Amino acid sequence: MGFATQLKNLDRELARFHGRLKAGAALVALLAAALLARGFYLQVVQHEHYIQRAESNRISRVPTAPNRGLILDRNDRILAENYSAYTLELTRARTDNLEATLAGVGALIEITPGQLRRFRRLLSESHEFETVPLKSKLTDEEVAIIAANRYRLPGVEVKARLFRNYQAGPGMAHVLGFVGRINDRDLQQLRDNGREQNYKGSAHIGKTGLEQSYETLLHGRTGFDQMETDASGRAVRMLSRIPPVPGKDLRLHLDVALQAVAEHAFGDYLGGLVALDPNTGGVLALVSRPGFDPNLFVDGIDPETWKSLNESPERPMVNRALRGIYPPGSTIKPLMALAGLELGLRKPSDSINDPGVFSLPNSSHQFRDWKRGGHGVVDLRRSISQSCDVYYYRLAVDMGIDRMHDYLAQFGLGQKTGIDLDGESAGLLPSRDWKQRRFKQPWYPGETVIAGIGQGYHLTTPLQLAVATAMLANGGVRIEPRLVQAVRDPLAHTWQPQPGGARAQLAITPKHLEVVREGMMDVMRPGGTAARSAAGAPYTVAGKTGTAQVVGIKQGARYDASRLAREHLDHALFIAYAPTENPTIAVAVMVENGGSGSGVAAPIARAVFDYYLTGKRPGEMKLEAENAAD
Amino acid sequence: MPRTSHWIVRRLSHLDGILLTLVLVLLGISLAVVASASGQSPARISGHLVNIGLALGVMVVMANVPPHLLSRVGPPLFVAGVVLLIGVALFGEVRNGSRRWLNLGFMAFQPSELLKLALPLTLAWYFQRNEAVLRAKHFLVAGVLLLVPFLLILRQPDLGTALMLGASGFYLLFFAGLPWKVIFGGGVLGAAGLPVVWGLMHDYQQRRVLTLLDPTSDPLGAGYHIIQSTIAIGSGGLFGKGWMQGTQSQLDFIPERTTDFVFAVFGEEFGYVGAIFLVGLYLAIVARGLVIAARAPTLFGRLMAATLSLNLFTYAFVNMGMVSGILPVVGVPLPLMSYGGTALITLLLGMGILMSVATHRQLNKS
Repeated sequence: MGFATQLKNLDRELARFHGRLKAGAALVALLAAALLARGFYLQVVQHEHYIQRAESNRISRVPTAPNRGLILDRNDRILAENYSAYTLELTRARTDNLEATLAGVGALIEITPGQLRRFRRLLSESHEFETVPLKSKLTDEEVAIIAANRYRLPGVEVKARLFRNYQAGPGMAHVLGFVGRINDRDLQQLRDNGREQNYKGSAHIGKTGLEQSYETLLHGRTGFDQMETDASGRAVRMLSRIPPVPGKDLRLHLDVALQAVAEHAFGDYLGGLVALDPNTGGVLALVSRPGFDPNLFVDGIDPETWKSLNESPERPMVNRALRGIYPPGSTIKPLMALAGLELGLRKPSDSINDPGVFSLPNSSHQFRDWKRGGHGVVDLRRSISQSCDVYYYRLAVDMGIDRMHDYLAQFGLGQKTGIDLDGESAGLLPSRDWKQRRFKQPWYPGETVIAGIGQGYHLTTPLQLAVATAMLANGGVRIEPRLVQAVRDPLAHTWQPQPGGARAQLAITPKHLEVVREGMMDVMRPGGTAARSAAGAPYTVAGKTGTAQVVGIKQGARYDASRLAREHLDHALFIAYAPTENPTIAVAVMVENGGSGSGVAAPIARAVFDYYLTGKRPGEMKLEAENAAD
Repeated sequence: MPRTSHWIVRRLSHLDGILLTLVLVLLGISLAVVASASGQSPARISGHLVNIGLALGVMVVMANVPPHLLSRVGPPLFVAGVVLLIGVALFGEVRNGSRRWLNLGFMAFQPSELLKLALPLTLAWYFQRNEAVLRAKHFLVAGVLLLVPFLLILRQPDLGTALMLGASGFYLLFFAGLPWKVIFGGGVLGAAGLPVVWGLMHDYQQRRVLTLLDPTSDPLGAGYHIIQSTIAIGSGGLFGKGWMQGTQSQLDFIPERTTDFVFAVFGEEFGYVGAIFLVGLYLAIVARGLVIAARAPTLFGRLMAATLSLNLFTYAFVNMGMVSGILPVVGVPLPLMSYGGTALITLLLGMGILMSVATHRQLNKS
C-alpha cells in the first residue's frame, strides 16, 4: 500500500465520517423536534386542561358544618341543644385488621356490647372510607389512653364533635323528634333535592318531629374553606373561606312545664293530649304517652334497644296525638248540635222524649242510649250536657250522612290539620261517596245513625279534635296548629315571629254557637257528665266527654267495664276549652283504654287548665324537665 | 508566582470556550431549578455546588489529558468493568429486585457506571489501532465487545442502563462506518424480535411500558409519576408559572423532582419558552461537539467526540421524553440539570475529553 493510496483512503474515510456526522446531526434534530412537538402539545395545546388538573390537585374544599339551631320552649327553656364531646371513631379502610383493632381498643377502654352492636350496624350501613363512631362522650382519661396508644391502632381517631342533646326528657320526644346519622336514604333524598352540597360536613340530619320538619332552618348553611394542600393532603394555607351560617333557633308556643303537668296527669295511662291556643293556633302542649328517650337515636341506636322500642306493645314510637286515629265518640255531639242548628234541622228549644232506644222506620234493630231507660225530655242543651245518644240518632237521620260530612269537614275532621310536624294522619270523615270509593258499597241508613254519635267509620286524631274544639272556642276561626312561634338568627339575636298557619272564618250564627257552648258549660256544671272535673275551679270550663269503643258490643249485650281486659276497655275522650268568657286554651284528651271520658280523660284536662290558667301544679309532682332546663 | 499563574493559564487554555460557556449556563439553570425544587434546601444547594465544583475540576483535568494517553486507559478500564460486572452477577447485592450493586464495604458501587465511559474509549482505541486495515471482522469484534457488557447489564436486570450503554456503543460503530445495510438489517431484525424481547422482559418492565402507553391505568401506582409530571409541564404553559411558583413542584406532587424529574419542575416554572431554550442549549452542545469531531486530527478523537456528543443528547432526550410521557420511566437523569454527583462527574468527564480532543490539535505520536 503506497502512501498516496493511504492518503486517498484517509480522505475517503474522512468524507464518510463527515457524512455520518450529518446523519447523526439529523437524528439529533429529529429527536429534538419530537421533544418540542410534545412540549407544544402539553404546554400550548393542552395547557388549559393541565392547568385545571394542577388546580384541582392543589385546591381542596374542606366543608365546615354549621352549628345546629337550638329549640326553646315559650319561656326560652332549652329543649334541644348542642354540646361538644370527644368520640372514638374508626375508619375501616385505614385499619389493617378491623377485629384486631377493635380488640385493641377494647383492651384499653371499656366498650359495651351495646356500643359494639351499634358500631357494627353503622359499619354495615357505611362505606369503607367513612368514619364510624365506636364510643361517644369519652372521658378525659379515655382520650389520654387512646392518644397514647394511637400509633398501635391505625384507623382509630379521637375527634371533638358537636352532639345533639335533648334534656327535656321522654315526654318531649314526640314533639322534638331527633336527629340521627345521615344514611343512604337521607343522602339520596338530599341529592334529589339538590341539597347534598350543604351536608358535606354534616353527619346528622333531623329524622322525626320538629328536627325533621324544620331541618332546613335548623341545619344552617355549610361553610367551605378553600385550602391549598400538598401531595400528601396536608393543608398548606387557606386560599379563601366561606364561613358556615349557623342554623336558626326555634322558639315554640309550647310550655314545657305545661307539657310535664299533662304528662304527669296521665299517670300510668297511655294516650295523647293536644292543647292549643284557640286564638293563634299555637300548640301549648302535645303529649303522646308513652314517650321515649330521643338521645338514644342521636348517634345510632343499638339494635337491641331499637327492637325493644319498636316491638313494645305500648308502641312508644307512635305519636298518638298526631297519628293515633280513634272514633271521636260523643265529643262529636257539640259539632252535630251546631250542624243541626245551622242547617235548620233543629231549634234550641226542640226537645224529644228519650225512651232509651232508637229504631229506624221499618226496622227492628234497636240503637241503645248509653243510659238504660233514657234521659226523658231532652232539648239541645241537655242533649250535650247529658250526652243523649237518641237525640243524635234522630238528628243524624234527619241530616243524612252527606250533609253531616260536609258540615263536620268545615271543622277539619277527616283532614290533616297542617301542623308543622310531618307524619300527621288524616283520620276519616265518612260519606256516601267515600264508602262507594272505598268498599264499592252503598251507604246503609243504620250507619248514619251511629255516625251521629261519632261511632262507626269516624276516625279522628286528638289533634283534629283539639282544632275543632278551638273553633268552638274562638267563634269558628279555622286555624292551622303551629308549634314554632318565632325563629332567631343566632348571630342577630332577635326573634322573628314565624308566620302563623292559615286562618279561615267559618260563618256561624252567634246565637247557635252560644247554645252549643252553654250545653258544653252545662257538662261541667253540677248535673253534667264531667261536673266533678270542674269542681272548685276558679275559672269556667266548657267541655264534652266521649268514649270510643275498642271492641264491638253485641246486640242485647251491655258494655261492662269490670268484665273486660284493660286493652279492651273503651278509649276515654274529653274536649274542653277555658275560660269560657275569653278562651285562651282548648284541649283534646284521649286516654287509651281509659274506660270513661269523665272519669279519666277530664281530670287530665283539669290539671292542664289549672296549671295554664292559675299556675297551680299537682302538689306531689316533680317537674323533671323544668329542673333540667333551669 | 508568575510560574504558577502561567501554569494555570496553560491548563485553562485546554478548555473550549464555547463548550465551557454552554456548560456553565446549563449548570447555572440547574442550580436555580434544584434550589426551587428542593424548596431552597441549603443542604441540597450546597451539595449541588460541591458536585458542580468537583465535576468542573474533573473536566479541567480531563481537558489536559492528551487523547493518545486517554486511549490507553480504555482497555484496562473495560476489562476491569467487565470483571466487576461478572462479580456483580455472582456476589452482587439485590436491591429493588435486581442485582446491580457491588458492596465494597465502604460504599455501594454500580460497575455499569464505569462502562459508560470505558466502552466507547475501548472501541475508539480498537478502531484507532486498526485504522489502516479496517475490515468487517473488526466491526464484528467491536460488536462482541459491545455485547458482553450489554448482556451482563441486561441480566441484572437493568434495561435502561443496558440500552443507554448499547446506544453509546452503537454510535461509535456508526461513526466508525458501520455499513448502512447492516444498520437497517439490524433495525428490521430488531423490530421483528420485539415480541420476543417483550416475552423476555420482567413484569415490572412490561408494566412500565404499559403504564407509559396508558398512565391512567394505574394513577396511584406506576402511572402516578408520569401523570404528575405531565400535569406539571402542561400547566406551565407558554411562559411558565415563574421560578419557585410551580404548584406541582412546590407542593410535592412531582416525585424525584431534584433528580430524574427535574425537567418537570423546569417545564412548570419556565414554560414552553424555557423548554425551547433548554433544548436549544443541548443542541448547541451537540453541535459544538460534532464540530470538534469534524476537526479532530485522529480517528480516536473523532469517534470519541462524536459519540460523546450524541450520547449526551440521547440522555437528555430519554429523560425529557420520559418526564413528558413519551418514553417509559427509566432511571436516567437529565444531563447537567439533575442533582447527583456521579452522573455529573461522568458527564463533565466526557466534556473534558471533548475539550481535550478540541485543544490537542497535533497528531499523536503513535
